[in-house]
Amino acid sequence: MTRDDLRTTVLEVLGTIAPEAELARVPDDASLREALDLDSMDFLNFVIALHERLHVDIPERDYPKLATLAGCVDYLWRACSPR
Amino acid sequence: MPILGADMEAGTLVAWRVAPGDRVERGAIVAEVETEKGIIEIEVFTAGTIERLLVEPGAKVPVGTPLATIRDEQPAMREAPGVAPPSPAPPIPRLDGATAPSRGRVSPAARRRAHDLGIDVPALAGTGPSGAVTLDDVERAAAAPAPAPSEAAAMSPMRRAIAAAMGRSKREIPHFYLDTTISLRTALGWLERANASCSVTDRVLPGVLLVKAVALALRAFPELNARWSDRGPLPLPAINVGVAISLRDGGLVAPAIQETDRLPLPDLMRRFRDLVARARSGGLRSSELSESTITVTSLGEQGVERVTGVIFPPQVAIVGFGRIVERPWVAGGAVVPTPVVTVTLAADHRVTDGHRAARFLVAVEQLLQKPEDL
Repeated sequence: MTRDDLRTTVLEVLGTIAPEAELARVPDDASLREALDLDSMDFLNFVIALHERLHVDIPERDYPKLATLAGCVDYLWRACSPR
Repeated sequence: MPILGADMEAGTLVAWRVAPGDRVERGAIVAEVETEKGIIEIEVFTAGTIERLLVEPGAKVPVGTPLATIRDEQPAMREAPGVAPPSPAPPIPRLDGATAPSRGRVSPAARRRAHDLGIDVPALAGTGPSGAVTLDDVERAAAAPAPAPSEAAAMSPMRRAIAAAMGRSKREIPHFYLDTTISLRTALGWLERANASCSVTDRVLPGVLLVKAVALALRAFPELNARWSDRGPLPLPAINVGVAISLRDGGLVAPAIQETDRLPLPDLMRRFRDLVARARSGGLRSSELSESTITVTSLGEQGVERVTGVIFPPQVAIVGFGRIVERPWVAGGAVVPTPVVTVTLAADHRVTDGHRAARFLVAVEQLLQKPEDL
């Protein structure tokens, strides 16, 4: 899976959680919680959806690494890369 | 037509989900009703067979009007109350909201821009996903010539609902307020360890601990888990906490979690997650909107540290939690950075006094120091 694939997946998941959002306008370095008005339940649903789509375990202590779109792609790229 | 709100007088039958001859179980959803507070799924409170449908879709009828007849297991046919609660339900926590609950029909960027420009978002036609109002819609509206000012801003049905319920609350209920700040060091440490040892799908949010602590504390303070009536306070047997859920488009709904005090934390979390999903996508049930016995609200996600609520009539108390913040805290003679939360109780002075109310908050605090018992 490429970085672009991961970015697409993240955007698809965000689209299900915040269907009203204009995802194309969200800058890569913007806070997702702020830009998309995500609360803690939304964020948990986001993490669960990533887990189900990509089979990655994301511990709570890593949540800050998923704060932005760019951060999500970086984190998932490392998590999905063969060790 | 069940009563689904403190000030509800009538409702419009939108659709039937059953037909004559259908067999229904207690709790089955048989119809959708539109009130000024949204589209609500109507459940039956008895099992039986649908005999006749008495109201056509599209008809607006007063509260109490029989909607259908249900033939139950008994030989005698039961008239009407098949689709209405057998006793007047305590009305409702839903204060505001859309005609159909939804996560939001306006993108956050568009909402912020509309706020900056002073544009009324609900008046705009959305061209985004699912009809959401987009930034472009707001910019187009800003560029359009302003309509002639009317004498007064028109109120949407939901604003009327919030105005009626909250106006009534402030007119009739002598509120008093108490607050305290609680250390969550122990509770959050415990929760972090618990969440680390389970699947992501089973993680519990801190807010669920707060709701459970309130529910358990109420067992010793039944006067706060009550409904105000013409004859005075009526303590309620079950503790059904209504949890305030924001709908993002300006609305708010507070569906009940039945028997909150009896639910283990993982079950409570599942119920809470389900309620949030259905509140934002539609699909709340009539019982969930009529059975709250107290409300818990949290605006912590908005960054505020204290929430002083307005009681939803006919309830007699509301508990507000602010944001969990790290503050200097004295523990064991040392100042240590500690996560804390401020909890505020707004209570009806007709049913309780400051002394008892203060003890209730102390009980909530003590429960949160033993999270393993929640």
